[in-house]
Amino acid sequence: MDDPSGAARHSLSLFVSNKPGVLIRIALVFSRRGFNIDSLVVSPTQDPRYSRMNIVARGGRDTLEQILKQLNKLVDVIHARDYSYEDVIQKELALVKIDCPSERRAEAFQVMEAFKARTIDLAESTLAVEVTGSSEKLDAFETLLRPFGIRDIVRSGKLLMARGEKTT
Amino acid sequence: MGETQMTGAEALVEIMIEEGVEYVFGLPGGAAIPIYDALLGRNVKLILTRHEQGAVHMADGFARATGKVGVALVTSGPGATNTVTGLFTALMDSIPLVVICGQSPSFVLGLDAFQEADVSGITYPCVKHSYLVKEVADIPRVAREAFYLARSGRPGPVLIDMPKDISGKALLDMGKEEFHLPGYSVPSLGDAKAVAAAAAALKAARRPVLLVGHGAAISGAAREVRELVERMRIPAVSTLLGKGVLPESHELSLGMLGMHGTAYANKAMAACDLVMSVGSRFDDRIVGSYSDFCRGAVKIHVDIDPAELDKVVKVDVGIVGDAKAVLGQLLPLLERGDTEDWVRQVSRWRREYPLRYRKEGKVRAQHVIEELRALAGAGAVFSTDVGQHQMWAAQYVLTENSRNWISSGGAGTMGFGFPAAIGAQLGRPGERVIAIVGDGGFQMTLSELATLRNLGLPLKIVVINNHYLGMVRQWQSMFYDERYSGVDLEGNPDFARLAEAYGIKGYRITRPADVRRVLKAALEHEGPCLVDAEVEKHDNVFPMIPAGAPLEAMLLEPPRHKLEKPTGGT
Repeated sequence: MDDPSGAARHSLSLFVSNKPGVLIRIALVFSRRGFNIDSLVVSPTQDPRYSRMNIVARGGRDTLEQILKQLNKLVDVIHARDYSYEDVIQKELALVKIDCPSERRAEAFQVMEAFKARTIDLAESTLAVEVTGSSEKLDAFETLLRPFGIRDIVRSGKLLMARGEKTT
Repeated sequence: MGETQMTGAEALVEIMIEEGVEYVFGLPGGAAIPIYDALLGRNVKLILTRHEQGAVHMADGFARATGKVGVALVTSGPGATNTVTGLFTALMDSIPLVVICGQSPSFVLGLDAFQEADVSGITYPCVKHSYLVKEVADIPRVAREAFYLARSGRPGPVLIDMPKDISGKALLDMGKEEFHLPGYSVPSLGDAKAVAAAAAALKAARRPVLLVGHGAAISGAAREVRELVERMRIPAVSTLLGKGVLPESHELSLGMLGMHGTAYANKAMAACDLVMSVGSRFDDRIVGSYSDFCRGAVKIHVDIDPAELDKVVKVDVGIVGDAKAVLGQLLPLLERGDTEDWVRQVSRWRREYPLRYRKEGKVRAQHVIEELRALAGAGAVFSTDVGQHQMWAAQYVLTENSRNWISSGGAGTMGFGFPAAIGAQLGRPGERVIAIVGDGGFQMTLSELATLRNLGLPLKIVVINNHYLGMVRQWQSMFYDERYSGVDLEGNPDFARLAEAYGIKGYRITRPADVRRVLKAALEHEGPCLVDAEVEKHDNVFPMIPAGAPLEAMLLEPPRHKLEKPTGGT
C-alpha cells in the first residue's frame, strides 16, 4: 500500500451535492495540503441531486485526517469517509492494449485466463483486453503484460462500496 | 407577487431587506448596474467606497462591531478580484459577510468577455461557500442561503456571483424561506461525556489556564466565560481576537498571550497543568512551537469547527460545540479545585514582569496608544491595522468588551484597520470609534478618506508614523544583522495635510509634550480627524517570542547578542 516516500495510499468515498464547482472545492482541499490524487471517479447515484466520488490519494495519515475534516466541512459534501482500513467491496476496471503478433497470442491468452480478462479487440499485431478486480490485481496483470509491450492502458480508478446492510 | 413582477436584482435587494441589511458597501461597474439600480429608493443605504478592498473591509468592520452580516456589492472582473484580500481576511477571522459580485452575462462566461473573470475559481479558497447564479428563479434561495451560511456555525464570507442577464431578468416567485443544505450542520451542544471529562479535569487541576479565543466572542459567551473564571478561580489569557471577552481589567485576566503577549500570560502558559481553549484555534502566533506547547498540561479544546480539533495541537478532551452552549453545559458540573497558590503565583508574575516601555527621548508609540486609551475611555471601539502598532495596541488598549476590539488576526491584512473602522462607526453610531494605523498599512487603503469625508462620521484616525514597515524592520534588526531591505518608507506624505486635502481635520504629534494635548483636541473634535504621531523610528515590540520557538524563549527586552533566524515559522 505504501509508496517509497512513506506516504500511505488512502481510498476515500464521498457523497456530494451534484453542483458545479464541487469537484474544484474538493480538489483544492487535497492540493493545498500536498496530497497527490492517484485516481478519481465521479459518478451519478440513485438520486440525481447527488454524486458519488471515489478518490485514491497518497499522503500522511495526520494530513488525511485533516483533509477528511475539511472535506466534510464543505457545504456541498454530504459525507466523506476513509475506507482504507475497512473491509469493503473494491473494484477497478482496466483496458489494456498490447503488442501481440499472432505467434504470441497463446501466451497472452494464458495470462488473461489467469486474471479472468476478456478480449475486446483483436487486430493483426495488437490485442486489447478488459480486466476487472482489485487495484492490486490490476497492477499485477499490468506487470505480466509489460513484456509484450503495452501500447495503451486506461484504468477506471478504484470503485468501492460498503458490504451488507451498510451504505457507503 | 404576480402583478408586481420584479427583476432578479430587485429580488436580491428584497432579501437584503428581509435579512435586516442596513448598509451595502461597494463600487459599481457595468455588470453590477442592475443591482445598483434596484437599490435606489430602497431602505438599504449604499456606501460608495473608493476601492473594492475598502468595501469588503468596511463590511467586515461593520460585522465585527455589530455581530451582524456585512454586505459588499462590486462589479465583475477587477471589481471582484479586488475583493479577494477582504474575503481572505474575513475567512481567516470567521467574519460573516455576503459579497455580491456582478458578473458578465451568462452567455459569455468563459469567452474572455470584457471584465469577465472566473470569480468562483479565483475565490474558492477564500470563502466559506459561494454561488454562481444561473437561473433567476434561484436568486431568492441563494440569497437566503448565503446569509444563513455566513452567520451560522463558524461564520465566514459567502460570495454570490451574479451574471448581469440573470439579475436583469423578471422573477415571478420569491419562494419560501426554506432551503436544503444536507451537507451543512451547525453544532450546538457538546458531547456530554466529553463535557464531564472536562469538568473532572478542571477540578483536578492545580495550575489551570483558560485560553479565550474569537469563538467565545462570536458565540456571545462573555457571561459564561466570566462565571467559569470566577467560580473556578482560573486565570484567563486571550488571543488577539479574544480580547475583551473577559474584561481585561478583571483581576484574573492576564491579557493576550503569544508572540507579543504579556510576559505573565506566557509564563502562565508555560507553567500550567491544564489549558482549556474556548474558541481559539491554537494559531502559531500563540502556540510558538506546536510540539512544546504547554508540555505535560492537560489540554481541553472547545470549538464549533470539528476540523480545528487535533489540527495542530493534540488535545486530551476535544468538544465540538458552540462555546456558549458548551460552557452552559459545563458550569453546573463544576466543582471548585484548589488554585489559590497558582493565582498568587500568577499575580506575582504580573507585578514582576509588567508591560513597560522607555519614556525618554522621542515620542513613543506605546505612550500615544496608552494615552489614547485613557482619554477615550473603556467604551471606545478600537480598530487597528497590522504591524508593530497593532501589537502595541493589543498590549495597551485594555478591552472590556470583545466588540470594541477590531483587528485582522489570521490574515494579518495591512490596510484593514481604517476601512474596518468606517464600517464599525456606521454600525455603532454615537459611539467613539478610533482607528490606530501604521504609516505603511494606512497608505494601502487611505483612498477611503473620501468615503469618510462624505459620510461625515466622527471617526478618529491615529497614524503611528515611524516611517518604516516597522515589524519587518524589527525582524531584520533582530535576526538579519540589521540588513534593512525594503522597509524604509521614505516619501511618506504629510498625513495631516493629506487629511486636510480630503476636508478632514489633521493634527500632528512631534514631541512627547504634544501627546495628551493633541489627542484630547482630536477626541473633542466633532467630525472626522486624523492625528499623525511621529514616533521613535527604531522601537521594537517586546515581549517577543521568536516564531516557532517555545513560550519559554520569550524575550522581554532587546537581546544583547545576535539571534538565530527563526526556522519554525514566519
